[in-house]
Amino acid sequence: MVEQRSSMTGSMISADVLNSYKIEEISTDLLIVGGGMAGCGAAFEAKRWAPKNMKITLVEKAAIERSGAVAMGLSAINTYLGENKPEDYVKMVTNDLMGITREDLIYDVGRHVDGSVHLFEKWGLPIFKEDEEDTRSLEEGAKPVRAGKWQIMIHGESYKVIVAEAARKALGEENIYERIFIIRLLTDEKHENRIAGAIGFSLREAKIYIFKAKAVLISCGGAVNVFRPRSQAEGMGRTWYALWSAGSTYSMAFDVGAEMTTMENRFVPNRFKDGYGPVGAWFTLFKARVLNAYGEDYMQKWESIVKDYPPYGLAAVPATCLWNHAMLKDWLEGNGPFYMNTTGAMKKLFETLPEKKKKALESDAWEDFLDMTCAQAGVWAAMDIDPRETDSEVMPTEPYFLGSHAGACGMWVSGPPDIAPKEWNWGYNRMTTVNGLFTAGDGVGASGHKFSSGSFTEGRISAKSAVKFISDDPGFIPTIHTDNKTLAEEIYAPMIRYEQYKGYSTEPNINPNYIKPRLYMFRLNKIMDEYVAGTSTFYRTSEKMLLKGLELLNKLREDAKNMAASDLHELMRAWENYHRSTVGMLHLRHILFREETRYPGFYYRMDHLKLDEENWKVFVNSKKNKATGEIELFKKPWIEIIPKT
Amino acid sequence: MPSFVIAEKCDGCKGRDKTACQYICPNDLMVLNKETMKAYNQEPDQCWECYNCVKICPQSAIEVRPYQDFAPMGSSIIPLRGSDSIMWTIKFRNGKIKRFKYPTRTTPEGGVDPYQGVPESNPANLKSEMLCNEAGKTLTVPQK
Repeated sequence: MVEQRSSMTGSMISADVLNSYKIEEISTDLLIVGGGMAGCGAAFEAKRWAPKNMKITLVEKAAIERSGAVAMGLSAINTYLGENKPEDYVKMVTNDLMGITREDLIYDVGRHVDGSVHLFEKWGLPIFKEDEEDTRSLEEGAKPVRAGKWQIMIHGESYKVIVAEAARKALGEENIYERIFIIRLLTDEKHENRIAGAIGFSLREAKIYIFKAKAVLISCGGAVNVFRPRSQAEGMGRTWYALWSAGSTYSMAFDVGAEMTTMENRFVPNRFKDGYGPVGAWFTLFKARVLNAYGEDYMQKWESIVKDYPPYGLAAVPATCLWNHAMLKDWLEGNGPFYMNTTGAMKKLFETLPEKKKKALESDAWEDFLDMTCAQAGVWAAMDIDPRETDSEVMPTEPYFLGSHAGACGMWVSGPPDIAPKEWNWGYNRMTTVNGLFTAGDGVGASGHKFSSGSFTEGRISAKSAVKFISDDPGFIPTIHTDNKTLAEEIYAPMIRYEQYKGYSTEPNINPNYIKPRLYMFRLNKIMDEYVAGTSTFYRTSEKMLLKGLELLNKLREDAKNMAASDLHELMRAWENYHRSTVGMLHLRHILFREETRYPGFYYRMDHLKLDEENWKVFVNSKKNKATGEIELFKKPWIEIIPKT
Repeated sequence: MPSFVIAEKCDGCKGRDKTACQYICPNDLMVLNKETMKAYNQEPDQCWECYNCVKICPQSAIEVRPYQDFAPMGSSIIPLRGSDSIMWTIKFRNGKIKRFKYPTRTTPEGGVDPYQGVPESNPANLKSEMLCNEAGKTLTVPQK
């Protein structure tokens, strides 16, 4: 990081910020925090249902054209039901997430999602058609190119640009606040357990923002860089999920009192090594297999250990974690590295495809990377890899937290009233256990496999419900009990600390009075990796390891108040890394509580290696005890909605 | 692999209302040095290589240099993004070149009408589970 610069050479420095900051208070009805796919869906839907006098505001830490997990683009939409039934979608998701899901929520996404994809196409997203001459849209009956049962291929470089354009137009420029980082949600002074707004700061000027809102929809993505990444120098920027996802969704929700669910879940994607490029199209579209160093198909070789986990290992497509489970087994037997057999797949395709399609094949393979993981194309170019001639290494990554991909972290929310059992329905679809706090996408737990289209759809569902919530209680006026100056000093605390102590040492990065956000993150990464089943232990931990890790993590979290930031950019990192450390704590405590190995291949409790359907086919939920500030964990029964036989 | 700015080409977006790379970077990495009027990547190890700064730069002054902790030297990937398509030039370490062109959108930039074909919402339906473009459709519930 560049240090000791003047205010002319970078982000605004702390002394200038503290000397000149202003406080802007904004009153709104619905505040959407985070303008990724879910947030854009929320903006689009809310505006259509809101009465003329209802104000909808969206706040985003970047620019919505290129924010969130789809900022780079995508080469596929992974959830488009088409000819499939929502019931089958539920079965697939539940199996993939090892049985513990909220099937009401999954079904709900399934029954609405195609309508969102039809909107994307109308707005200008190019979608591959089976018949290239077919000029009809999907809605008009054209058949998409299926990359798999649920996936369709797109030319998605500008996917987010197009969706953001629609959201921006729907909401109106004046209602979108960009480059503002929200750090904390606020509850109401007069009403117990009711949301009242959010606070944050501008990344571009000396300004604090205090949003007062009747309802808040939080959709700030998942959590990346909680665990130590495999690359340790500049390559650590090449995370699989978008690295600006700092766990703000989970941390802010937990801190404001929302009930969390399934935070013991994690996703360890098996991807092309180092570049972390997508493997889905290689598997399902190009029909490639991953082989070990001796050319063996590890899934066939270890079929028996996958089948040890019925019913999840018996499905036509076994649960994602079990693929990792088989690969790790083979790896520990000394049979790595593993390779995507691109040469074999291409050879086979070239034997069968007509000439015209052969040319397209190479282009499609490169587009798969260039649309969504340019860096993987970069690795191929740097390594002189032509997929027809050289196989590419595949490897499980560091763990990630999310609720929209093949993961299930998030909040415990009210389900759709026409589907959810009474235990899961407290009136407003996708409302958390905090009144007026809604979420979507990575924020909704125990569902998963929504991906881009499902997250957008869930944003729509949640926002419509939030509009109803606001309409049902027209007299409510949010009240915040803390004065503005105190809030500002809380937000700028790392800058205040920096200014107070920076003169003590000659090198601002080495100062006993504070910890820089960067080092705070590295310390978190090390604890999570070594004690909480990161890559260095091959994803293995135990009660004893977790308890030691917790001791270290608690000390780290105590040191959060000692973070120091020299400019606005570093202030963002300070708050992001505080959020990351809360996610680390949640994950550790959930893994400690669940005394079984529910996700073999993603992590192992070595002291409880069995999958224990009898005692642990339940949700693990958690909540902050308001009196003590401590986390409380408890079981919640699982209810089957779609019969599996 | 972090983005870098070619000093000779960057003009700091002088004649424009905002510094394009600084505006677009999803991770707040690109900043303008107002003394030299050149942009730079302030935190290269937090660069996702999303190429958004590369694509948006009006001077084509930004490129990406592969992450040196795992990529051998000598290759490059350069996009040229137009209003409806993108052209990629891939230069391999061994000097080989490949070019690909892909469509990016079927509507003009700025041409999205979000509610085109979506009927005005009937406030009476606020209670229902219908979304705004589903009027007239029947929503399914799980079949047991």
